[in-house]
Amino acid sequence: MTSITDETLPITPRAMRDEMIVFVIMAALLAIVPFTGLYPFFVMQALCFALLACAFNLLIGYGGLLSFGHAMFLGTAGYCSAHALKVWGFPPELGILTGIAGAFVLSIITGYISIRRQGIYFSMITLALSQLLYFVYLQTPFTHGEDGIQGIPQGKLFGFIDLSKPVTLYYVVLVGFLAGFLLIFRTINSPFGEVLKSIRENEQRAISLGYKTDQYKLLAFILSGTIAGFAGSLKVFVAQNASLTDVHWSMSGEIVLMTLVGGLGTVFGPVVGAFVIIAMQQYLAGFGQWVTVIQGVIFVACVLTFRRGVVGEIAHLFKRSL
Amino acid sequence: MQALYAQLLVGLINGSFYALLSLGLAVIFGMLNIINFAHGALYMMGAFCAYFLLNLGGINYWWALLLAPIIVGIFGMILERTLLQWLTGLDHLYGLLLTFGIALIVQGIFQNYFGSSGLPYAIPDQLRGGMNLGFMFLPIYRGWVVVFSLVVCLATWFLIERTRLGAYLRAATENPTLVRAFGINVPRMITLTYGLGVGLAALAGVLSAPINQVRPLMGADLIIVVFAVVVIGGMGSIMGSIITGFALGVVEGLTKYFYPEASNTVVFVLMVLVLLVKPTGLTGRAA
Repeated sequence: MTSITDETLPITPRAMRDEMIVFVIMAALLAIVPFTGLYPFFVMQALCFALLACAFNLLIGYGGLLSFGHAMFLGTAGYCSAHALKVWGFPPELGILTGIAGAFVLSIITGYISIRRQGIYFSMITLALSQLLYFVYLQTPFTHGEDGIQGIPQGKLFGFIDLSKPVTLYYVVLVGFLAGFLLIFRTINSPFGEVLKSIRENEQRAISLGYKTDQYKLLAFILSGTIAGFAGSLKVFVAQNASLTDVHWSMSGEIVLMTLVGGLGTVFGPVVGAFVIIAMQQYLAGFGQWVTVIQGVIFVACVLTFRRGVVGEIAHLFKRSL
Repeated sequence: MQALYAQLLVGLINGSFYALLSLGLAVIFGMLNIINFAHGALYMMGAFCAYFLLNLGGINYWWALLLAPIIVGIFGMILERTLLQWLTGLDHLYGLLLTFGIALIVQGIFQNYFGSSGLPYAIPDQLRGGMNLGFMFLPIYRGWVVVFSLVVCLATWFLIERTRLGAYLRAATENPTLVRAFGINVPRMITLTYGLGVGLAALAGVLSAPINQVRPLMGADLIIVVFAVVVIGGMGSIMGSIITGFALGVVEGLTKYFYPEASNTVVFVLMVLVLLVKPTGLTGRAA
């Protein structure tokens, strides 16, 4: 039985250096986007999903836990932020914090429930919990059901950064993405991350070494859910709405797909995967349900022939850790 | 009281579908170590198959009840031979991802041609009308679905727990290498098992066609509820799957009567409670 990420190179100074170099290149490329004529809305959306996929990847790639319900954090944070901004009239920074707090509380509860089972059951439980939440949001008045919360004011961050200007908003989203990414990067390369990997490889052995694996898994789940929530809050400013699609199981599936395409358990894979999938949705928007079919084909193709993903293959080719 | 009995009946019918689907999931998981995410899509294909048989071939409900599971079962076996068999030795999670992809493909194709609205499928003449039982009015078709599903579930249980073929199957679940050493073609058995599980899903689809209409996404939400049923019941026991399926259907029906707002969520809430009290599920062994 091979685990879902079949090779882990040890963290060496060289691997860390490689990853930092790629990080700097990525940050530089993203920083010049507004000057390239690329549609900033598209890149902002992709950045939100990239952060979301990175948060998801923290669980599957380093903890071996496949969450099929990560859309619940995206949607919950989105609803909380949207409600705080629109109904309570919060400034953007407090709106984001409200969303993060919502996802944080949710991840404690759902994490406590779902880590009680492993493997395939964990996936089914997270999926069922997100579906439970979907029906709750469908019925509670504050989400406005099928309509969602629309026309959310973007406001001024800290009172002077005007988020209604696309370029300003872009850099705010970029800073948010990079901060979240670095937090995950730091976590992976910490002693905590090492213990997580050992749980993924052999939980029994980790227990016998004296680690309380349930606590590690719960902590990883909370961290992942909260960062996913941060991505959801940022997305509210980009899309200016919060709707049921963000909580639907198909969204959870897309998060899985992005990470799978980019490379499970790779540092940069989820980012690449998010850009690939979002770009594909943009270009194929006119083909209706065929997008779903194509997504299904990519799932099948990735699982059968391309399990390392784009970044995983590149890393394998150059024998580097990326 | 009439309304209560009516909701109980609806609950029993949903319970029949839960039982048939979770039974198939458990059988497939036992042999292939795969959680078949495509189960909902194959259930939908069963219903569409009955619809096509009637409208294109003029083949009636009774033949559809036999043919649709066979046709969809063969489709399932082709899937197993061409795609699923390559997953041997990989992490279980890849099976979930692959079958999720298959579900997206199948549902996407059907949605493309049939949209999201429902196609009608008439109740067969012999099962029209209803009976007055004194305390409630029983539509014959609905009673038929419950009784027939129960019979099929028990027959499957008998096949697996009480026949020689079932003994091979259970042995191959425990130790495929050893069973192969006895000269039994285990890969073929795996294919047939997948076909059986898929056939049960398709049968549930045919049964539900006259009640729920035939829709491309009819299985998409159902499969998530069935996952919760499987988590509650555990996949260790065939009889456990059947009983849990029917019981949860009844609980859902009762909720529809007493507190309708929670009828969509009650199964998930029960799953949470079971996980808090007995994480391994009601009948399951530790996985």
